[in-house]
Amino acid sequence: MTNSIRDIAEESQCIFVIGSNTTEQHPVIGTKIRRAKRRRGVKLIVADPRRIDIADYADLHLRHRPGTDIPLLNGLMHVIVREGWHDEAFIAERTEGFEELKAVVEKYPPEVVSEITGVPAEDIEKAARMLAENRPGALLYAMGITQHIIGVANVMSCANLQMLLGNMGVPGGGVNPLRGQNNVQGACDLGGLPNVYPGYQRVTDPAIQEKFERAWGMPLSNQVGLTVTEMLKAAEEGAVRCLYVIGENPMVSDPDLNHVRYSLQQTEFIVVQDLFFTETCQFADVILPAASFAEKEGTFTNTERRIQRVRAAVKPPGEAKSDSWIIAQLAKRMIALGAASPDPDAPHAGWDYESAAEVMAEVNALTPIYAGVTYRRLEAGETPQWPVPGEDHPGTPILHVGKFSRGLGRFVAMDHVPPDELPDDEYPLVLTTGRVLYHWHGGEMTHRARSLEAMYPEALVEIHPKDAEKANIGDGELMKVASRRGEIIAKAQVTDRVEPGLIFTTFHFAESAANFLTNPALDPQAKIPEYKVCAVRVEAVPEGNGADGEAEMEPTG
Amino acid sequence: MDVTLTINGQKVTVPDGSTILEAARYAGISIPTLCHHPDLTNVGACRMCVVSVERARGLQTACTTPVFEGMVVDTESEDARETRKFVLEMLLTDHPNDCMVCEVNGDCELQDLVYDYGVAWPEHRGVRHSYEADPDPNPFIFIDRNKCILCSRCIRACDEIQNRDVWNFAYRGFKTKLVAGADQFLLDARCESCGQCVAYCPVGALYDKMSLGAGRVSQLTKVRTTCSYCGVGCNFDLNVRDGVIVRVTSAHDAPVNGMSLCVKGRYGYDYVHHPDRLTRPLVRAKWLGAEQVEEQVANGNWQIATVAEKYVQPPASGPQPSISDGTFIQTDWDTALDVVARKFTEVKKAHGGDAFAVFASAKCTNEENYLFNKFTRQVLGTNNIDHCARL
Repeated sequence: MTNSIRDIAEESQCIFVIGSNTTEQHPVIGTKIRRAKRRRGVKLIVADPRRIDIADYADLHLRHRPGTDIPLLNGLMHVIVREGWHDEAFIAERTEGFEELKAVVEKYPPEVVSEITGVPAEDIEKAARMLAENRPGALLYAMGITQHIIGVANVMSCANLQMLLGNMGVPGGGVNPLRGQNNVQGACDLGGLPNVYPGYQRVTDPAIQEKFERAWGMPLSNQVGLTVTEMLKAAEEGAVRCLYVIGENPMVSDPDLNHVRYSLQQTEFIVVQDLFFTETCQFADVILPAASFAEKEGTFTNTERRIQRVRAAVKPPGEAKSDSWIIAQLAKRMIALGAASPDPDAPHAGWDYESAAEVMAEVNALTPIYAGVTYRRLEAGETPQWPVPGEDHPGTPILHVGKFSRGLGRFVAMDHVPPDELPDDEYPLVLTTGRVLYHWHGGEMTHRARSLEAMYPEALVEIHPKDAEKANIGDGELMKVASRRGEIIAKAQVTDRVEPGLIFTTFHFAESAANFLTNPALDPQAKIPEYKVCAVRVEAVPEGNGADGEAEMEPTG
Repeated sequence: MDVTLTINGQKVTVPDGSTILEAARYAGISIPTLCHHPDLTNVGACRMCVVSVERARGLQTACTTPVFEGMVVDTESEDARETRKFVLEMLLTDHPNDCMVCEVNGDCELQDLVYDYGVAWPEHRGVRHSYEADPDPNPFIFIDRNKCILCSRCIRACDEIQNRDVWNFAYRGFKTKLVAGADQFLLDARCESCGQCVAYCPVGALYDKMSLGAGRVSQLTKVRTTCSYCGVGCNFDLNVRDGVIVRVTSAHDAPVNGMSLCVKGRYGYDYVHHPDRLTRPLVRAKWLGAEQVEEQVANGNWQIATVAEKYVQPPASGPQPSISDGTFIQTDWDTALDVVARKFTEVKKAHGGDAFAVFASAKCTNEENYLFNKFTRQVLGTNNIDHCARL
């Protein structure tokens, strides 16, 4: 997030939620939005194909078709520019590329946008006016924006809108992605990405490479590595021989699971490190039992870049060990076997860590945005937001104040690109996927939390009454959903939360995971799969068939 | 604008618009309360905070009465103390005398005040409520209306903090009753099971169902940490008894969330102690050598694990399953780590670092992710590291 939860909750005049089921996925932020709406009277605009819970609280719900975010945003910008509501001073001082943007959004008048998105033209006019008249406004998004083949372009369109309105670098404004996992922000920040070292320092930058070579005492690769989706492909092709899977479950969370299964089967050696015997463990050669968050010391970084302590409350069960212990053990053993020979005189070559604080001290030394995130401060109760360039730096609650990190903010005008797979005669419905309040990600944890599981024990497919009737599917009855890649059987939830032509399900349930169906088409830049749109067909499952909810898991094509 | 008043003979200067209660607390003078909570609007319902104000008619509720210049307040007048005592006695006439077995014994605002004011349990032969305990089938929130003191903190927490309006009062007079929706079950009244109402309940009327009988405040150790679910970064206290997490409680000073939590954060902790947890390393027999497996299994150091459904358990007594190449063996750490280290080293020497790919984890800590990154780049010698940020 460019801004903080607090300033959005307390200072925004308008909150625009697009592609985020906030009250179910980030419930406490959802609560704060509701509170801002009801107590402070902020305007709330929700853009989502489904009538999600937070839409019930909105001043305006723009129910656009999945995969039409760019035309919707362009339509809003068209009206704003047409009416002269854009922030001329901000644009002149702080941005570039406005003329190009103007030329593109020119082509998206509300009537045209209405055709593409299904949103009534007058609602587009109303939303644009609401955004313009209630500044500062914050834009919040989640994977409804990113999980498309044009995910990056979608994000840029969000940024275009906020720059146009002058909503950047001010309290109550900003472009604010809500991060899905407890520490997905931290995993990105601390080098869990193929193209950057900790702190987003590029592996292709020779000066950075040299800095880490000197620190770790080893020559390092300057080749950008593989993303998750590419790793599995490389494993299937034999280029990658060993997979080391730590706290992840690609056999539930990755697209096109039948294909994932095949890739994992082809892999020579797989090590899985986890709390539970996950679906991915079926393909493992070695499984290492890890400690949970309640059993170790460390820090997580939240969606607003705030670093907070994690503390051990209980002991790991049996012989389970913390991930840091395990990885240090492996490192030491491999170094002893000659797999790598780091220069012992390099300042951070070794693997003898006494505590999480010691690891953080190394992070402080090598990662400018975390330089001042010391355990001394954390233990004193501080929870700084990065960048924290020094120990005396207070942290950065709002990014891009006065100046964008790249200098001028660049408008990157975007045209509509339809999703990779659209419905046709054979697969006439659109499937969009997401999550529900009571479960989390692959469900490894929430299925084992007894009360959560009691609330939502099996996969449900949301289908509109019209489509259900057409396919002769009753509420609560089993239905089959098939795409070009696979099929699942799950219970129907007949509801107008979805519109005719659209169905929705989750990937929380391994046996009927949406990801048997999803399209592995990727955004070329971010390599994110298009989970939000694929073409499917549905049919009723006659009683007695597949009554145990078992999924068909064999490849269909 | 500031206002100066006198409380118990002490001069206090506070901003105009402050209440007597705020002014007193600012001056370090305590006034007892039950329905008041600093996060919630004041309703003056319980009458515990009554104080004497010079020249005012009758006692004033400190939580709702604004201060004025020259106001003279006595918080400990005989009149005020007697009234509070009477209020407590009245509450007790319709309250179960079961502190010995009550979940909130030692963590109950009513109990503390009864103690402070030396109230004896009243002889009372009149009508009492006799509600069914735990009448709501939801798996999260326990309700015992017999203990409800009608303070409305839960109603205000749901309305003002959670903004969900699930709770309210229904009926009149003695029959006044805390209800969800139109006297429905919680989940039918759009309850999101966040548990804010429990967190704000001053007595044992609302409690966390999963924590019933699991330990009372004096038996629990609280450890402040950050939630393991979504990226909001809520802080809360894990309540531990005998090495087991038995409850999660929210904390007023949590930087992001304050007292707010969601259903996963407050009630999703028990996976930590689930019997499915992996407790020993598992290695497929083919990486260990048949002879060694046989020997180690025979002498009881290792065990043959069976993959039943989704998880692994060592087989119970009875005949041992046969061992094939693919059988998982529960080994010691040394063995498992050596298998991995040897195989990784062999592959690296033969095929180079890019023959590896590491899935780091959005669930692990910053420090651990740093180490995964260092291990991948320094030891394995590749940049093939990624995690589920895109999924």
